[in-house]
Amino acid sequence: MATRLVEVQNLKKWFPVKGGVFSTTVASVKAVDGIDFFINQGETLSLVGESGSGKTTAGRTVLKLLQPTAGKIVYKGKDITKLTPNQMRPLRRNMQIMFQDPYGSLNPRMPVGDIIQEPLDVHNVGLRRERRKAVTAMMETVGLRPEYEKRYPHEFSGGQRQRIGIARALILNPELLVLDEPISALDVSIQSQIINLLQELQQRLNLTYLFIAHDLAVVRHMSDRVAVMYLGKVVETAENDELFDHPLHPYTQALLSAVPVPDPEVKRERIILQGDVPSPVNPPSGCHFRTRCPYAMPVCKEQEPAAVEVSPGHTVSCHLLTKK
Amino acid sequence: MAEQAVAAEKKKRSSDDYSYVGMVFHRLTRHKLAMAGAVMLILMMLFVFVGPLVWRADPNEQIPGLEGMFNPPSQAHPLGTDDYGRDVLARMFFGGRISLFIGFISAVSATLIGAFIGLLAGYYGGWADNLLMRFTDAMLSIPTFPLLIALASVMGKGMWQIIMVIVVFGWMSDARLVRGLALSLKEQEYVEAARAIGASANRIMWRHLFPNTLAVLIVSTTIGIGSSIIYEASISFLGFGIQAPLASWGNMLQNAQQFIWNAPRLIVYPGLAIFITVLGFNFFGDGLRDAIDPKLKL
Repeated sequence: MATRLVEVQNLKKWFPVKGGVFSTTVASVKAVDGIDFFINQGETLSLVGESGSGKTTAGRTVLKLLQPTAGKIVYKGKDITKLTPNQMRPLRRNMQIMFQDPYGSLNPRMPVGDIIQEPLDVHNVGLRRERRKAVTAMMETVGLRPEYEKRYPHEFSGGQRQRIGIARALILNPELLVLDEPISALDVSIQSQIINLLQELQQRLNLTYLFIAHDLAVVRHMSDRVAVMYLGKVVETAENDELFDHPLHPYTQALLSAVPVPDPEVKRERIILQGDVPSPVNPPSGCHFRTRCPYAMPVCKEQEPAAVEVSPGHTVSCHLLTKK
Repeated sequence: MAEQAVAAEKKKRSSDDYSYVGMVFHRLTRHKLAMAGAVMLILMMLFVFVGPLVWRADPNEQIPGLEGMFNPPSQAHPLGTDDYGRDVLARMFFGGRISLFIGFISAVSATLIGAFIGLLAGYYGGWADNLLMRFTDAMLSIPTFPLLIALASVMGKGMWQIIMVIVVFGWMSDARLVRGLALSLKEQEYVEAARAIGASANRIMWRHLFPNTLAVLIVSTTIGIGSSIIYEASISFLGFGIQAPLASWGNMLQNAQQFIWNAPRLIVYPGLAIFITVLGFNFFGDGLRDAIDPKLKL
């Protein structure tokens, strides 16, 4: 049995919507509305879902970059939900994040050597001279020429910047790396380079990834397990192949039917969802997906579906399965 | 062919090497007003700093007797003499040094204090922001001049006191500017990245936010030097500034006003010097502002 690195229980992150004369909280954006998942040491868990499903918020809340509204985050058996920023600081060495935007995530006024070195400075790792050596080594590891350490981020291409982001995240030798759509902003040809680099590094450094993405082909290539999110909820979790071969939740089925197949002979039935994603401020009662679900039943409106483990490691939250 | 390729390669490399500073400088050189301002400033700097090396006269040496007073420009005194028979050109040199020094030091300190308060308010937000910004508003709503005079008379008359007074009343616009910038900059992903590596609030403010406000602050300081010189001149003109026999452009003006009918040129020299310097700083500052704004085509 693999050891659990992170476990998230009933995690919620609501953003208050202020309004009125005294700017009281009139409503909440329920970006993440009670999700459960766990990540084993050394594996990749992918969090997929369309825009606004709360996957990015979930990733940031796990790292406590956002304070969760409710729920529990357990890291290596230790509850970190209530830790203050100062108590979190030593733990940050073990959990890092890589961002989607290769342009916004690097300080334009800092040479890249300093950007990569900063985590070492913050955590006071080693002597100054050793830090510089570590930066040089890390730049080589991620495929950047160490001579570039004096250059500024704007002198690099998007793919190179993502490499800088990887170097910054890895220099502290973390265990968990949250990849927040690390390739969505890149050209396709560069995407594969970064993906290969990430996979290679995972093997070499025994990293655990929480991979947040919406590109299902990449997800299938990268992950060990996949969790599908819809409107702040995890609707289905399964092992990679199990999920792609036997999707059970109607939303997962719709999502997978949208993946293009590189074979014109294959005729597939596309499930086209009607309507838009409802507002997370005021999500539908019962099952969040019922407004767009082709199989919606009366019970879906009244009752929130519980997560059912249909086979080992494959959990689905849908009334269709409990009915049978 | 080969030569062309080499030339193309060279050209490509030079555009690659375009740093931010280089880009701003390049744009600045194409800004006519900024260049006019730069020329004015260089002339004034030469006048004030190189002038005394060429024209060696003691600014405080008096020619006794009536024949020394109000001499018109001559070989011995290129700008004539004042009411004590002192060489006006030498006094312009040293007065200019004092005026520029006060302008520079007070504008830079005001900007730094403003940046500090603005960063705190913008980064922390919430009640800290409210408290600091209401304090800034309060400072802005104080009628400056009466209080300036009151402060000057309480703290005594001298160069450092004037600098203090100008700084106390000069930091507010920078504070507002930096607060606004900090509010938008702190939402940037690199700030979140800094938080993710566990950087302290201090580190984020000074290593991440502050360097990104520098461009704007340099512009604001440049323009601030001009207005600080005006402030100094005004305070000195009212008699609460630099005290005789030490010269500043401001107290030369003040001294000259009693003789405006006998020797109007005494008021023209320092007035013109202040005018050119302040105008130069304003032109140059405006040009800098345009040059750092990449959306503006220059």
